[in-house]
Amino acid sequence: MCGDFVPKGVTVIDRTHIGHVEPAFEVLVEKGRLKFFAKATGQTDPVYTDDAAAHAAGHPALPVPPTFLFCLEMEAPDPAAIRNLLGMDYRRLLHGEQGFVYERMAYAGDVLRFAQSIEDIYDKKNGALEFVVRKTHVTNQRGESVAQLRTVSVLRNS
Amino acid sequence: MASLKPWASLQVGEAIPELVLPAVTRLNLALYCGASGDHNPIHVDTDFVRTTGLPDVIAHGMLSMAWLGRLLTHWVPQSAIREYNVRFAAMTQIGEVITCSGEVTDKYEHAGEQRVRLSLTTANAEGQVKLSGEAVIALA
Repeated sequence: MCGDFVPKGVTVIDRTHIGHVEPAFEVLVEKGRLKFFAKATGQTDPVYTDDAAAHAAGHPALPVPPTFLFCLEMEAPDPAAIRNLLGMDYRRLLHGEQGFVYERMAYAGDVLRFAQSIEDIYDKKNGALEFVVRKTHVTNQRGESVAQLRTVSVLRNS
Repeated sequence: MASLKPWASLQVGEAIPELVLPAVTRLNLALYCGASGDHNPIHVDTDFVRTTGLPDVIAHGMLSMAWLGRLLTHWVPQSAIREYNVRFAAMTQIGEVITCSGEVTDKYEHAGEQRVRLSLTTANAEGQVKLSGEAVIALA
């Protein structure tokens, strides 16, 4: 790839950011976005695109599919806030792992609140790879817990 | 519509119905760029990609995770999914034919629910694993 690599054994990210909490933000779940996401992912199940099919399956509106919470999280006022705080060059950044723990479904029309924090920062291979673990708690407009997201980003230093 | 499978009849080692996708196209990645809100040029802009040393654009990891999500919601209603985790192991390239697979690795009871744990992968036609992960499903 590209970018100026840092010397061997030197890490870039300040560990004091472990525990950092970002200001929470709210995102409206738009029905049109859900339909577009269904098209982009080849979704053929009408539950995700047709109100009548969603209602017939017991849903109050089109459901937010399992991974779309990650997309909504990118609607943060500044989606690069954590990356910039930690001084991570996006050209050397990889998405290492992604996890979801679900507590309840979310639907079109919901206003979801995203609360992000930095759970851990560590390195491997003598600093060549640094890992940032971000936790995001998602709640809905009734204050009910929807999901916990866990994102592991990998910074390649060499 | 997906329906819940009887927990008692599921066996560890049993595969769930696989999902074979059409070969990945640039249009797929452009649509996912817009729909997901992930506008990283490495997925759509070949001029940018040339400056990175990669031979071509690469698919979004989260697009593959969405495909695996389709595998799950084809098997059970989404409300049955308790956990879903993946590790991004290799890049998915234009033209690759990706198969999404899942297999029951454990059956157990937790929080009053009968659950199964699935191992999940996406792999190309040569069998190279691109994503590996797991999901926890509550069947009753």
